[in-house]
Amino acid sequence: MTSQRCKGARDLLPKDTARFRHVEDAFRRSCLSWGYQEVRTPTLEYLHLFTAAGTLTPNMLSKVYSFLDWDGWSGERVVLRPDGTIPVARLYIENLAQEAIARLFYVTNVFAFEETGKENRERWQCGVELLGSPKSTADVELILLAVEILRSLNISGVEIQLSHAGVLKALLKELKLSPDKEAALLSQILDGNWQVLAQTGAANSNADRLLSLFLDLRGESSSFLENLRALPQISSDLKSELDSFAEVASLLDVLDCNYHIDITSTRGFEYYTGLCFQFLVKQDRIVSGGRYDNLVPLIGGKSTPACGFALYIDPLIDLVEPEVRQTKEHRILVRSETTMPNVTKASFELAQCLREAGYVAELDFSGRQSDWRWVITVEEKPSSFIVIDQIQNQKTEASSIANVIDIMGGSA
Amino acid sequence: MLTEPQSDYVKVALPKGSLLPATACFLNEIGLEFENYTQKTRVYRLQSTRLPHLSAKMFQEKDIPIQVAVGNYDLGICGSDWIEELLAKYPASALVRVFGLEYNKGNLYMAASQHGNISSVQELPHRQDTWRIVTEYPNLAEASALSLRLRKFRILPVWGAAEVYPPENADLVVLWAQNESAIKAQNLVSLKTLLSTGAFLIANKESWQTKNVGQVISRFSQGLRATAKPWLQIKPKSARSVNSFHPDFSQEKVWLAIPDGHQQAPTSEFLNKAGLELQGYSARMLKRRPSFNLDWVNVKVIRPQDMPLQVANGNFDLAITGRDWLLDHLYRFPTSPATELVELGFGEVKVVAVVSQDLSVADIDDLKRLMQAGGLSPLRVASEYINIADKYLHDNHVSRYKLIPTWGASEALLPEDADLLIENTQTGKTLAEHNLRIVDTLFKSTACLIGNKNSLASPTKRERIASLVEILRQTAESN
Repeated sequence: MTSQRCKGARDLLPKDTARFRHVEDAFRRSCLSWGYQEVRTPTLEYLHLFTAAGTLTPNMLSKVYSFLDWDGWSGERVVLRPDGTIPVARLYIENLAQEAIARLFYVTNVFAFEETGKENRERWQCGVELLGSPKSTADVELILLAVEILRSLNISGVEIQLSHAGVLKALLKELKLSPDKEAALLSQILDGNWQVLAQTGAANSNADRLLSLFLDLRGESSSFLENLRALPQISSDLKSELDSFAEVASLLDVLDCNYHIDITSTRGFEYYTGLCFQFLVKQDRIVSGGRYDNLVPLIGGKSTPACGFALYIDPLIDLVEPEVRQTKEHRILVRSETTMPNVTKASFELAQCLREAGYVAELDFSGRQSDWRWVITVEEKPSSFIVIDQIQNQKTEASSIANVIDIMGGSA
Repeated sequence: MLTEPQSDYVKVALPKGSLLPATACFLNEIGLEFENYTQKTRVYRLQSTRLPHLSAKMFQEKDIPIQVAVGNYDLGICGSDWIEELLAKYPASALVRVFGLEYNKGNLYMAASQHGNISSVQELPHRQDTWRIVTEYPNLAEASALSLRLRKFRILPVWGAAEVYPPENADLVVLWAQNESAIKAQNLVSLKTLLSTGAFLIANKESWQTKNVGQVISRFSQGLRATAKPWLQIKPKSARSVNSFHPDFSQEKVWLAIPDGHQQAPTSEFLNKAGLELQGYSARMLKRRPSFNLDWVNVKVIRPQDMPLQVANGNFDLAITGRDWLLDHLYRFPTSPATELVELGFGEVKVVAVVSQDLSVADIDDLKRLMQAGGLSPLRVASEYINIADKYLHDNHVSRYKLIPTWGASEALLPEDADLLIENTQTGKTLAEHNLRIVDTLFKSTACLIGNKNSLASPTKRERIASLVEILRQTAESN
């Protein structure tokens, strides 16, 4: 049979969904304990929310699922949410802007067209947004929260990369390009095409050397940033961005959080203004986030410093191994041969009591086989059960539900 | 003696309309002429007079990139504007741009009205306005708006006459013109040249990779190398229309849209009967903004297909269009305020479902049975009326189908390139001539006056609208 599943869409089977829930549960637990509150935003949003300059790059916008709604004769387009942060910023502006600090989190799907159909066009992410704080401690809080979540999921081999959108933008200014060229260059860089920078820099050898010091080397501590800061050709703009970067980095040093500094890891969102970070496991990006101080005003709110991150569920569910809580010991098949009313009633009642006693009880009226330890047959004779222990190969008759539980408890 | 290498059977999609004369001349000169490839022809399937393995079909120019991309035709000739329009939205289309053919050159411009308040493209991203962009090229317009980083914009796709919308009904227009002076002549200012265009040869990607089309291509190449190129002298005969006006956008004016194209003559006759005189609405001379003997009415001539949307948007208070186009709009936008006010009675057509005579089905149920038996799935349905076709297929529970939007002359698509058509017909004669059979009649359509039921007009204006409706109602009743 040919599949009728949409190209680029994915089914989550029971084993995938169990892993999905495992990630989601760990995420929710940590967020709640750090004082974050859960929100949900609609799947449909207006396109113009995402077209404001400085939000999504034109390349990302060209992959948005957009269409006219049933009442869209005015030409106003709606989109399937292409990004998690912008809708939450909108939600904040419309409902929570009076709060000095808003700590929000969500689990959501985002949609983007992917040409081959081999990659997912719908992706899931766990997102965290901390709105209202300009402090470096806010950036640090997010990084440590992400570290905690990954630790609770037993993910090992995580590499943290730091970069800084403010430093990157100030560096581009050193190239002294026209505003159009600069914007185009930034878009390409954010789409992952760093080579364009090498081609542009050649005209200006001073700037070229500066770029090379920033981009070709990786730092392992805040000292790297201090060294760059001390260079003679650093402009005051670049210096103040480096200060902001170094502040976060030195806090992480104090907190014994290891990281690499790699300016070329800045990726994806044009709305980032300050520190950016991503977590990698064997080249797979599983977390990315950063500071976006201009986003809220860009989409119509008052000036609000903010930062956030997203945890990518799709790669993560291949990395986690949820512990199997329900062993075969805990699952019971309650079986009966007939569907006569009194037998059916006794079966449902028995199953209910077993569930209350902490077992998983599944009903069967069609003679199905099971490899679980316990099978209980409900007899036609009122209140009569046969408890079958498939491991010990024993059959015991029981006269009451309490009796059934006793027998199983006794043997366990 | 060397013989030419054996060629595979090659199918070409050729343009109707304004590109036809130069294309026909070019093909003649390079020895690839097709019998009956003329403006007046009644056949769509053409055979090469010289090469037995070469055949062609005629299409609206807009349809050609899609027909070649889906693999129905190996080669195609059309304006590069329509190629780029397809690729702007579907960059993975299986199209190879082979080479430009040098004729019918022009540009695609982003422009604004001379009477408006936009003078440069740089100011657009910095203003808080919602930019309304009217165009026949919605995909290219959207790509341009995104790359210009416009904060808020709305694309208003139209079937034609885009130049007449600014400044009052749109802020920007993306349109084709030969050069900037042609833009100026339409009372527009060019803000940006989006791309230069011209007739182009395209190939289906798979055909190009697997078939031997070399013999045909080499003749094209010879043509490009020729010293005398008579086809470059052929100027496309485009219907000249004039768009000059003195802006008068006073609030109390009633805006009336009247149709160009086939409906123009009967509409003109009807308005004359109603005692309404228009200057510049004749076969000889079309003013896009004709003058009217009721000075409280502003009249514009636009495509009837575009009217329901324009009425819904409040750009026009009243419009004369076909019920078919109103229904097509309402099926897409069920809560639209556009509504039929008066049935005008002329221009009656039936909207019908049509199959090829070769298919032994008498009605839609037969067709469904044929689909269930494993034939024709998914059903390929071609129509100008996308939303009417979609609803008809839903209502009949046709389970798997593909809609192929067309821009007219859909009957050419059966049976090779589509299985079912949703088309209009006056007498059914044309359909019979093309070996087609009507399997269902969806509804009858006539010209009608439409209006906006939520019209927020002032009392004076409301009275004026009512009196114009009344004049037209009486004329329709006396007919």
